[in-house]
Amino acid sequence: MSFINYSSREINCKIVYYGPGLCGKTTNLQFIYKKTNPEQKGKLISLATETERTLFFDFLPLALGDIRGFKVRFHLYTVPGQVFYAASRKLILKGVDGVIFVADSQIERMEANMESLEDLKINLAEQGYAIEKLPYAVQYNKRDLSNVAPLEEMNKLLNANGVQWFEAVAPTGTGVFETLKSVAKQVLLELKKHY
Amino acid sequence: MAGSDLVMYENEFQKIDEELQKLHQQANATVVFLVDKNGQLIASAGDTHDIDTTSLASLTAGNIAATGGIARLLGEKEFTILFHEGEKDNIHISLIGQRVILVVIFDQRSSLGLVRLRVKKTSEALTKLFEDITSKAEKEKSEGKAADSPFAEISDEDIDNLFK
Repeated sequence: MSFINYSSREINCKIVYYGPGLCGKTTNLQFIYKKTNPEQKGKLISLATETERTLFFDFLPLALGDIRGFKVRFHLYTVPGQVFYAASRKLILKGVDGVIFVADSQIERMEANMESLEDLKINLAEQGYAIEKLPYAVQYNKRDLSNVAPLEEMNKLLNANGVQWFEAVAPTGTGVFETLKSVAKQVLLELKKHY
Repeated sequence: MAGSDLVMYENEFQKIDEELQKLHQQANATVVFLVDKNGQLIASAGDTHDIDTTSLASLTAGNIAATGGIARLLGEKEFTILFHEGEKDNIHISLIGQRVILVVIFDQRSSLGLVRLRVKKTSEALTKLFEDITSKAEKEKSEGKAADSPFAEISDEDIDNLFK
């Protein structure tokens, strides 16, 4: 659910990074934070445990620039990936405009990826969203590791609808902005359709 | 898309701003915020210089969402008021019309009783205002695109420029 303010000439949209525990959602945000000009970003807020696992969410407000005289702001959120934080994940999806599913490319995490994707679909459906209709992209993260699943297999298991997908190595930034750009673009085009 | 986007025009924004200014003054508050349930700041009154308003908005919405989750577990529909007491500053958070969150930060120059009283009045006014905004947005949507929509002419190039 976007917030369009004609008075301050701002458009605010919400993008959520979803995926299984330790797949690199927070790392995506950290890289974006690191690489963005200070005037374009707010604080990166992480509600995390002592062991740096996301407890509730990470939040990064990003001001990308102007479109037709309107300031375009994206609010990036991550969900806590661990299975038992299901209730919190639901809350963060509220009012989402676009979703990035971050998958862990390691073969042994494939089941966790599929479980998380299923969880995403259920949680979206509960709020009346369908994944096919939402601005959405898939990121295959950790491509630099040696034990990764082939892309064809990942696409078969995690991208049945054939949406845009990106290979990524989040700590070095490979694929990070490409994925964000893809979903941000879809969100703005969706707004164009409606207004 | 599920739910409707929040579209605010100059006229409504001014009315909201007036309500917040009034509350800020009458409740003797340090700062007053209005936040969308999804964590986006709508308006504020008072001295916001030292406050990271964007983060505050997002965390407040998270707070309300978490409390709402707890409420439903207990069979309550929602807890509509939250109050946090600090050593110097206190924060009073209330849910308005299921849609927006009113946040009042105050110190010893005010009191919880006064804030509650004033918030109640403002809530009523804001509920009415947001009902108007929603019905206006729906009307415009059904009549076609808003007059000066900035989106109608968005091009791929515009979007690409954002990422340069």
